Amino acid sequence: MIPIEQFLIELKKSIILFQPETALVVTFLVALIVDLIFLKSKNISGIILLIGFIVTGILLITAGNQNSVVFTKMLAVDPFSKFFKWVILISSFIVVLMSFLSKELYEKDRRLGEYFSLIAGMTFGMFLLAGASNLIMIYLAIETMSISSYILTGFTKEIKRSSEASLKYVIFGAVSSGLMLYGISILFGLTGSLNLYDINYAIAHGKAEMFPLLISGIMIIAGIGYKISAVPFHFWTPDVYEGAPVTITALLSVASKAAGFAILIRFIKVAFFDHTSPVAADTWKLLSTIDWKFIIAILSVLTMTFGNLVAVWQTNLKRLLAYSSIAHAGYMLMGVVVMTDAGVASILIYFVVYMFMNLGAFYVIMLFANKIGSEELDDYTGIGYRSPLLAVCMVIFLISLTGIPPTAGFIGKWYLFIAVINSNYIWLAVVGVLNSVVSLFYYAKVIRNMFLRGVDQEHEPLSFSPMSIVMLLLLVIPTLVLGIWYGPILYWANKSVGLFLGN
Amino acid sequence: MFQIFGIGPLTWITFLPLLGMVLILLIPSGKDERSKDVSKSMFRWVTIIFTFLQLLLAIWIYANYNYHLAGINDPKGFQFVDKFKWIYLWGLPLLGNVRIDYFVGIDGISAPMVLLTAIVCFVASFSSFSVTKALKGYFAMYLLLDAGMMGVFVSLDFFLFYVFWELMLLPMYFLIGIWGGPRKEYAAIKFFLYTLFGSVFMLLVMIALFFAVGSFNMLDMMDPTKYNPNSILFGVDTTWRYIAFFALFVGFAIKIPSVPFHTWLPDAHVEAPTPISVILAGVLLKMGTYGLMRISWPMFPDAVKQFQWFIALVGVVSIVYGALCALGQHRVGKRDFKKLIAYSSVSHMGFVVLGMAALNTSGMEGAILQMFNHGTITSMLFMVVGVLYDRSHTRGLDDFGGMANKMPIYTGLMTISFMAAIGLPGLSGFVSEILVFLGSFQTYPTLTIIAATGIVLGAGYMLWTLQKVFFGNVPEKWAGPWDPTHKKYKTDDLNLVEFVALAPLALIIIYLGIQPNAMLGLMEKSVNHLIYFVNTGWWTMSAGL
Repeated sequence: MIPIEQFLIELKKSIILFQPETALVVTFLVALIVDLIFLKSKNISGIILLIGFIVTGILLITAGNQNSVVFTKMLAVDPFSKFFKWVILISSFIVVLMSFLSKELYEKDRRLGEYFSLIAGMTFGMFLLAGASNLIMIYLAIETMSISSYILTGFTKEIKRSSEASLKYVIFGAVSSGLMLYGISILFGLTGSLNLYDINYAIAHGKAEMFPLLISGIMIIAGIGYKISAVPFHFWTPDVYEGAPVTITALLSVASKAAGFAILIRFIKVAFFDHTSPVAADTWKLLSTIDWKFIIAILSVLTMTFGNLVAVWQTNLKRLLAYSSIAHAGYMLMGVVVMTDAGVASILIYFVVYMFMNLGAFYVIMLFANKIGSEELDDYTGIGYRSPLLAVCMVIFLISLTGIPPTAGFIGKWYLFIAVINSNYIWLAVVGVLNSVVSLFYYAKVIRNMFLRGVDQEHEPLSFSPMSIVMLLLLVIPTLVLGIWYGPILYWANKSVGLFLGN
Repeated sequence: MFQIFGIGPLTWITFLPLLGMVLILLIPSGKDERSKDVSKSMFRWVTIIFTFLQLLLAIWIYANYNYHLAGINDPKGFQFVDKFKWIYLWGLPLLGNVRIDYFVGIDGISAPMVLLTAIVCFVASFSSFSVTKALKGYFAMYLLLDAGMMGVFVSLDFFLFYVFWELMLLPMYFLIGIWGGPRKEYAAIKFFLYTLFGSVFMLLVMIALFFAVGSFNMLDMMDPTKYNPNSILFGVDTTWRYIAFFALFVGFAIKIPSVPFHTWLPDAHVEAPTPISVILAGVLLKMGTYGLMRISWPMFPDAVKQFQWFIALVGVVSIVYGALCALGQHRVGKRDFKKLIAYSSVSHMGFVVLGMAALNTSGMEGAILQMFNHGTITSMLFMVVGVLYDRSHTRGLDDFGGMANKMPIYTGLMTISFMAAIGLPGLSGFVSEILVFLGSFQTYPTLTIIAATGIVLGAGYMLWTLQKVFFGNVPEKWAGPWDPTHKKYKTDDLNLVEFVALAPLALIIIYLGIQPNAMLGLMEKSVNHLIYFVNTGWWTMSAGL
C-alpha cells in the first residue's frame, strides 16, 4: 500500500488533471439548480450548458499535453483521450445549439431543464469513458452515459415511438451491460486485477489461460460493441434513432459512438498488446493463439455490409441514417483491425469528419421536420425547390457520407483505406470500397427525392430563421473545407495517437 | 510564360468555369415574369462568355505550344506547368512524409484533350438554349462539370486527378436526373453507380502506388527506380502488379465504355438533354482512354505488354458489338435515333482502345486523333438529333422522312457529320481510323481484319439512318404548316443559335480531314516518347534494379 502522504500528493495532482471533468459536473449541477430557480425560463439551463462547455474547452486547452494516469490508475489523461474529449465536447455543444432550434422539444410545454442537464451528465460520462483505464471505471462510465441517454431518448414521452424506443434501449442496454460485467468478472478472476495495465502484465507473463480470456474478451467487446452499434449488437439502433428526438439521435450517433470507439481501442491496446515487443507490427503477438484481428475484421465486414444493405430499403430518413451510422461504425472498425498508429489516427480523422457531416445531416432533417412535420422520404419530394439552400447543404452532407471528393468524408475514408492497405488487408479494403458504392445508392435516393422528383410541381417556399442558417453554415463549411485542406486535422490526429501505456 | 496574378493558363482554364458558376449562383432568379426572363438570359450568356474565354485560352495554349517537348515521364517536358504545395506534412507515423502538390501541366497527350474540352463545352452551351427549366441550377452544374473535366486532363498529381475525376460525377447526376427524359432517374443513378464502382478501385490502386513511391506525383509513379522494394507493386511482372493494372483498367473501361461495361451509356445518352449528351460523348468518354494513356500505360508497361492481346480484343469486341447494336436499332425495339448514336460511340471508342493496344506510334497517334475526332463528330451527331427532337419531340427513326427538302442547310451539315462518322476520306474520321488500322495491323493482323467489319457495319447503320430521315417522302404529320393545336410539327431550318453551334464543328471536321498535321504535330513528340518508354525505356530502368 502507498503511504498516505504520497496518496495525498497523487490526489492533488489528479484533481488538477481532472479539471475539465470537474467543470462538467459543476455545469450539470448548476444547470439543475438554475432550472429550479428560474421555473419560467426554458432556455436558461441550455445557456448554462453552453457556458459550461466553453469553460471545459478552455480547461482542456490549458491542461496541455499530459500523458499520465490519475486517481490510482483509474483514468488516463493522454493525447488520445484528449482528442476524443474534443470530439465529444464539440458535438455536445452543437447538439445543445441544435436543441434551441428544435420545434419538437419546445412544443407541449416541456420542462427543458432536465433535458439540458442530462446532456451535461451524458457528456460527463463520455469524458470519463474516453480516459477510463480500469474495468470498474469503464463500467461506471458506460452506465453514467447510458442512463442519461435512456431518459433522453424517451424525453418526448407522450409520443409512443419515443417511449417505446426508450424502453427497448433500456432492455438491450441492461443485457449488454450484464454481459460486459460478466466478462469483467472473468477477467478479474483470471488476472487478479481490474486495472488494464496490471491485466496486461498478467497476460504478458502467461498467468492467464487462453480460453477463458477469449470468453471474457468477447463479452467485454460485445458490451462495447453495443455502444458503437456493431453488428450483431445493433438491434436497438434503428428503433432508438427513429424514436428519439432528432437532437438526441445526433448526439448518440456521434458522441456516444466516439466514446465507445475510444474505450474499444484503449481496452484492446492497453490490455492485450505486447508493448515490450520492439517490432510495432507484432503487437497482437500476446494473443497469438486467438486471431483477434480476424474476429474484428469479420465484425467490421458484417457491420458495414449489413448497415448498408438494410439502409437501402428504408423510407424514414432517421432510420436510414441509423443504418448508415451502423455502416460507418463498420468502416471505422477497419481502423481497429489495423490498430497501428496509422489505423488509430485514421479513426480519429474519421471522427472529426463524421461529426460534421452526420450532425449536419441530422440538423437538416430537424429543420425540415420543424416545417413539414415529417421525416419520411416521400415527403421530401421536390423539397430542393422549396428550400434550395438547405437541400444543397444536405446534398453536400450526403455526398460526404458517401465519401466522394471534394468533401471531408472522402478524406476520412481515404485515410482508413490507406491504413488498411498499408497493413496488407487488401480484401478488407475491397469490401470497404464496394460498400461505399452500395451506400451511394441510398444516399442518392434522398437526393433524388429532393431534386429529381417534383420539379414541375407548385413550390411553396420554406423560410428559415437567420440563426438556423448560420448554424447550418458552421457545419457545412468544415465539411467542404476539410475536403481540400485537411493538413491540420491530419497533423493533429497523428500527434494524438499516443496512449498512456503504463510503465 | 503568360500569367495572371502569378497563376498560369492551365489553372485559369480549369477554374474559370468555377468563377462562372459562382457568378451564376450570385445572380438572383428574379421575382416577376420580366425579371425572370432577364436573369434567364443572363445565366445563358454568363455561361457562353465563360466557356468562350476558356476557348480563347485553349487556342492561346495551342498557338504557344512548344512542339519539341515530349512530356510523359519527363518533368521538364511538360508545358504551362503550375506547381504549388498543397498538403505537406513531415514525420507522421507510417505515412512518413505526406506530399501532395497542386501540379498541372500538359504534353502532347493532354493538349488535344484540353482543346477538345474547350471546344465542346463552348458549342454545347449554345445547344443549351433548348433547356428551359431551372436554368440557374442547370448552368451552375454545367460549369462545375466543365471544370471537373478540364481538371482531369491537366492534372499531373494522382490525388488531384482523382478529385477532379470524382468532381464531375455529381453535376452529371443532376444534369441527367433533373433535365433528362422520362427514365431520367434510372439513367442518372446507373451512371453514378457504374462510375463510382470503377473509380473506387482506382482509389485503391492509387493508395498502393502512393505507398510504393511515397508521393502522389504521377511522374514519380512512372519511375520504377523510385519504387520501394517492400511495396507490393515493386518489381516486374508480379501478380500484384497485374491485379492493380486490371483494377485500373476496369475503372477506365467503364468510362470509355468498353464492352462489357458499356450498358450505362445508351441509357444515359437517351435520357440526357442534348447538350449533356454532347458533353458526355464529346469529352467524358475520352477521360477513360486518356486515363489509360496517362496512368495505366506508363505505370504498368509490364502488364500492358502481358495483356496486350487481351486489350486489343476488348477494343475489337467493342467495335463490332457496338456497331451491331447500332445496326440493330433499325430492326428492333423503339428505333431510337439517340440510342443508335450512343452505340456508335461504343464502336468508335473501340478504335481508340485497339490503336492504343498496338503499342506503336501510328496506332497511338491514331488513337489520340480518334479521341479528338470522335469528340467533334459525335458532338455534332447528338446536336443534329437534338435539333430534330426540339422540333418534333420524338426520336423515333420511323417518324421522319424527306427532311432534305424541308431543311436543306441542316441536311448539309448533318451529312458532313454522318460521312465523317463513316470514315469518308477527306473528313477527319478517315485519318484517325486509317492510322489506327495501320498501327494495329502490324501487331495483330487478324484482329484488325475483324475490326474492319466495324467500318462496313458503320456505313450500314449511318447510311440507313440518313436515308430514312432525310430522303423519301415527308410523313403525314410533317406535311402542312406548323400548328400548335393540331400537333403538327415545325420543320423550319436551323436558327442562328443552332447554326453557330454546328458550323464550327463541321469546319474542324473538314479541316482535320485535309490537314491532319494540325493535330498530329501537336502529339508527335509525346507519342513517340510514350511508345519508346512503354516498349524500352521503362524496361531499361527496371533492369538496373
